[in-house]
Amino acid sequence: MTKLSETGFFDEMGADAAPREVYARLARWLQDTPPEVLASRRAQAELLFRRIGITFAVYGDKDAAERLIPFDIIPRLFARSEWSRLEQGLFQRVKALNMFLTDVYGKQEILAAGIVPRDLVLRNPGYRPEMAGFRAPHDVWVHIAGIDVIRVDDQDFYVLEDNARTPSGVSYMLENREAMLRLFPDLFMDHRVAPVDDYPDRLLSSLRSVAPYSAPSEPTVAVLTPGQYNSAYYEHSFLADKLGVELVEGSDLFVHDNIVFMRTTTGPKRVDVIYRRIDDEFLDPLAFKPDSVLGVPGLLAAYQAGNVTLANAVGTGVSDDKAIYTYMPEIIRFYTGEEPILKNVPTWRCREDEALAYVLDHLPELVVKEVNGSGGYGMLVGPHASKNAIAEFRAKLKHDPSNFIAQPTLSLSTCPVSVESGVAPRHVDLRPFVLSGANGMVSLTPGGLTRVAMKEGSLVVNSSQGGGTKDTWVIDDA
Amino acid sequence: MLARTADNLYWFARYVERADHVARIIEATSRLAALPRAYGGATSEWESALISSGVIERFNETGKEINESNAIAFLVVDTDNPSSIHSCMEAARRNARAVRTALTIETWEAVNAAWLELLRYERERAKGRGLERDDLGRFLALVKKMALDVDGSAYRMMLRSEAFYFMRLGHFVERADNTARLLDVKYHVLLPDNEAVGGSLDYFQWSAILRAVSANTAYHWVYRESVKPWLVADLLILRAEMPRSLTACYENIVRWLDLLARDYGRQGKAQRHAHAMLAKLQAADLKIIFQNGLHEFIEGFIADNDRLDIVMAEQYLVH
Repeated sequence: MTKLSETGFFDEMGADAAPREVYARLARWLQDTPPEVLASRRAQAELLFRRIGITFAVYGDKDAAERLIPFDIIPRLFARSEWSRLEQGLFQRVKALNMFLTDVYGKQEILAAGIVPRDLVLRNPGYRPEMAGFRAPHDVWVHIAGIDVIRVDDQDFYVLEDNARTPSGVSYMLENREAMLRLFPDLFMDHRVAPVDDYPDRLLSSLRSVAPYSAPSEPTVAVLTPGQYNSAYYEHSFLADKLGVELVEGSDLFVHDNIVFMRTTTGPKRVDVIYRRIDDEFLDPLAFKPDSVLGVPGLLAAYQAGNVTLANAVGTGVSDDKAIYTYMPEIIRFYTGEEPILKNVPTWRCREDEALAYVLDHLPELVVKEVNGSGGYGMLVGPHASKNAIAEFRAKLKHDPSNFIAQPTLSLSTCPVSVESGVAPRHVDLRPFVLSGANGMVSLTPGGLTRVAMKEGSLVVNSSQGGGTKDTWVIDDA
Repeated sequence: MLARTADNLYWFARYVERADHVARIIEATSRLAALPRAYGGATSEWESALISSGVIERFNETGKEINESNAIAFLVVDTDNPSSIHSCMEAARRNARAVRTALTIETWEAVNAAWLELLRYERERAKGRGLERDDLGRFLALVKKMALDVDGSAYRMMLRSEAFYFMRLGHFVERADNTARLLDVKYHVLLPDNEAVGGSLDYFQWSAILRAVSANTAYHWVYRESVKPWLVADLLILRAEMPRSLTACYENIVRWLDLLARDYGRQGKAQRHAHAMLAKLQAADLKIIFQNGLHEFIEGFIADNDRLDIVMAEQYLVH
């Protein structure tokens, strides 16, 4: 039973007269709450965030104070039953991602079985030949996964993207909740919201569990940041603080006899697990970019010697790029023997003749992406493109079909958002954070980062393009 | 604790203290320079201010005339002057940002708010308004308040552990240096025989020294008599109850270093050096200091204080 708003998109709250059950209390509350109260809370929230925002802003450029990420005060709700289904799907998917990585850097059974084309993996820019034959400690590669999920109806979740490198945004999940608790204590009493504030504890125990086998029973964990000029520096320092571990820069670490140490006031101290927020290429100037000043010389050798665990592992990029994404359903079936619980957005691989023919016939209604492009580069959005642009893209596509995939224009669901004129639907997606530890331990904090396209009608939730965030609540079923 | 974190905390505190010191020097000098010439008012006061801030050589390199407006510009906003309030606050904030999580929110906000205010002040100043004295006065008051907020929030809220100790150490090493430099600039007016020579003329000089360290009232409580130059020296060098005296600074330095040694389970060169300096100050006799030369005494102190900085770095920051 799918309820569509008049715009044709699935609205998570549902029609005014008959809201979906999970939203019943919130819908009533929105009706009963005078607009001026909502407006004053919005102002209060802004004040609250400006205070935090001062700290956010410092880490960007001078004008960052004006570029706070907008925060919407109306929570997004999931019933526990819906969430459990999502959780199972995420666990299944992350398990498959870890097995896939173990395999492609190990026995390569999936390539031998012809499930994923060999070239697509071995010549993938995210594939690290240095890691071939390496076994990640405890066979965990993606310790922290940010799986971007959308809804198109009240049944299904679609995965938009697997972020298996260094997904960010979890600080918003925690900060947004803190703000909401201060703004709407009554609403929390009404809803009995599953808490998210144990995320740092879960993360810490997960990171400790994957320490090298030789590490002491209380392994030393550190967060590795590129430094205070990185745009996510606030999140790095926030996490280190919540985890109660050191926030280190490359220059704070050194490697001696394949063992990693940090320089402390009482001398060198061995580090066992590094939650790194630096990309592969910058980790170790001896192994990757020689001019990287962010990394630690010898780190990769120490890692390969099994003396330190890096989270996430090196080389996970091969599992989350757009070309591999299209094979995720097969990958899940291959390793788990189960049907995927979460769907992929239907995708045409233009490397396949039949798909290419379909895509060429339907360009005006499709989104076509370069497999290795990101940030919207090399992309055609059919419904918004001119005839010339489509013709141009058609030529590119014919010239090098295997470099492209195509997807239907996405119908992201909408949620109620507090705007100047009252309450209105806006499109949203969701990034939940899935943790993987030793012995098959997977963990999902009931919540995540809900991103909102604040502009009416917009489907772009990216913060760089006016996207905002809102708190995500998992509540008990009525 | 990471050596870099300790270093950042130490220098964060030093720069905050130095910004406060420069603000106080400007205030005291403005007041002194506004007096009639016969009372000591002269442009040479601005030269003294530049000397006691340790930046006279750099100023002279600019080739500019020493006067109120040039000296204030150099001391407040000049980015070529590493000890200008601008440079100090920029460095304090840079160090604080690097160890954001080791500080309390209030400490961070105190520094950040003052920095934003500095930028505002500089924008106004660029429009040609900033030189107005009450605007400068408001800004200097804000710098002093930042130092108070930083100190207060650390004192009230920080865990008593190595992070706090390194901040305190930075604070008192810098303060000892500042007090010593202030004394050195004015040592000639503090010599005992100067009273007869200078008479009341130097009275305002002495007061200005006391004012620069907020010690006018303290002086009267301690000595219960009118301002005498050797007593000013006594107060700022030997009196342990005077929070900016060299002795008080070293009592604190010894205290925080001892706590570090206790927590780390190891004494080192830094502890030995600081204990030796404190012992020397505690045994010192003002008469003998004057006999051997106040200037030489202070120069020796500044060198020893710098030496502490080096041995601390060897012991804790570079291995």
